[in-house]
Amino acid sequence: MNPFDEIAVEEAVRLRERLKDAVKSIKVVTIGPPKAVETLRTALAMGADSAIHVEIPEGAPSLEPLAVAKTLRELVARQKEGVDLVIMGKQAIDDDAGQTGQMLAGLMDWAQATFASKVDVDASAKVANVTREIDGGLEQLKCQLPAVVTTDLRLNEPRYASLPNIMKAKKKPIEKFTPADLGVDLAPRLQSLKVTEPPKRIGGGKVANVDELLAKLKEAGITPKRV
Amino acid sequence: MLRAAVLARSFARGYATAASPHALVFLEHCKGKLDSSSLSALTAASQLGGRVSGLIVGAPGDLPAVLEQAKKVTGLDTVLHSASPQYSTPLPETVTPLFVKLLSTQSPFTHVVSAHSSSAKSILPRVAAKLDLPAVSDITSVQHDSSSNSTTFTRPIYAGNAISTVRASDSIPIKFFTVRSTAFSAATLGGAEAKIESVDPVHVPNPPTEHVSTSLTKSDRPDLGVASRVVSGGRALKNAETFKATLFPLADALGAAVGASRAAVDAGYADNSLQVGQTGKVVAPELYMAIGISGAIQHLAGMKDSKLIVAINKDPDAPIFQVADVGLVADLYEAVPEMVEKLK
Repeated sequence: MNPFDEIAVEEAVRLRERLKDAVKSIKVVTIGPPKAVETLRTALAMGADSAIHVEIPEGAPSLEPLAVAKTLRELVARQKEGVDLVIMGKQAIDDDAGQTGQMLAGLMDWAQATFASKVDVDASAKVANVTREIDGGLEQLKCQLPAVVTTDLRLNEPRYASLPNIMKAKKKPIEKFTPADLGVDLAPRLQSLKVTEPPKRIGGGKVANVDELLAKLKEAGITPKRV
Repeated sequence: MLRAAVLARSFARGYATAASPHALVFLEHCKGKLDSSSLSALTAASQLGGRVSGLIVGAPGDLPAVLEQAKKVTGLDTVLHSASPQYSTPLPETVTPLFVKLLSTQSPFTHVVSAHSSSAKSILPRVAAKLDLPAVSDITSVQHDSSSNSTTFTRPIYAGNAISTVRASDSIPIKFFTVRSTAFSAATLGGAEAKIESVDPVHVPNPPTEHVSTSLTKSDRPDLGVASRVVSGGRALKNAETFKATLFPLADALGAAVGASRAAVDAGYADNSLQVGQTGKVVAPELYMAIGISGAIQHLAGMKDSKLIVAINKDPDAPIFQVADVGLVADLYEAVPEMVEKLK
């Protein structure tokens, strides 16, 4: 599971621990080939109630954020009991795109809070008070539900599923869909031309002591500079 | 970090002229000054080879000073500005409708560009999705081919362990992208003055999100994102007091900004805004000093483009030494004070 999404699942489970019955259901979703179901089982073992697997063929081209957002929007629309909060990782650690949450919020015209480091939901007021990590520090937002929240590293530390919970998870329901069932076209809009290795950084230079280190700095034109 | 701007001139055929690009660059600002990262985004936009217009939003009182500066930026054709109390802290929910208005049918813009800043990257994808368009994040190079009306980008993936080359073809009418500021030098001031055009704000009745407060880490030091020298500390720094007491004098002696590894931030030694790495800040200063940092891949992703990397670590096997130009295997609690003393 993408580490940031693990944090999202954990946050949902903690929200239920804090808000108790106010959290009526925690549903997890993944879009992927048949083996992606394992990711769902992990989430169910962490404490989600049920799951949805949007199955795509093994070897299908990588999904773009807009395609994922459209799929999620379709699924949200189909939840008869409504959805108050969508939580997901701020980025996937393969493509590092970091767009899906924002796109989903835009498609649904929902409030959004990205890079959350703290989420406080006031269930009765239907508001999420979110602290976000921004470039220069932190920002506090008050989002009316329904909202999309994307998780940052420090939001929480995900639990390891216990064996009893892993066993229980095997019985939790997983609904299956194909993209065609949902009427979404997952075809990539951008063309991936190639993937290359970045120029290798050759390091390994060593010095024996501070004097030598300072000499190297001087060589490189780096001299003391009082702030 | 100057990249040569290669302007590919395509022959104008008698029967089909390729439209020249016209980029709309979101220019962010703070306390009356344009953000350096937005100026890097401008440089990237200029490399498309066509016109570049800027968009500045803010509270009415904030704009005049910024406009004075913006109109003098080299490469800017027009500066669009929109003032509203709703834009004093631009939120994706309040700013998106303005973008959508500017980009709707009859819009002259072919590209929408911004820095990969925490605010802009929260806004641009939202706008793109509303227009049913993809976006390309954190680009490190850009090339536009007018004859095919396609734009090709490179961007880091897998925490910078691979570079992806991606093309947005003619099928994408408006190409959105955010720019990694360390890959493009900031556009400079000077040169002809840009046209200034006011745009009516789009008022959002009852925005679902309210900005409550912002707390920025106060520092007299250079800003980590643009500093030419960075002194960065890792988990070996024990605690917040030791982090400060050990590293700040060295940073002061070198006129450097202070950074931190994820481990140090997680452990509470430093503020999250100092984190350097795949999911923190990406920096490329003249000098990056990694003190007590092991050099995990995710950290390297944030600093491996630094010109000179110096590492001090007790562990001779620390991965950081593989990328360091100057490595010292030593106890940082001896080496750093010695450095500070000798730099005086």
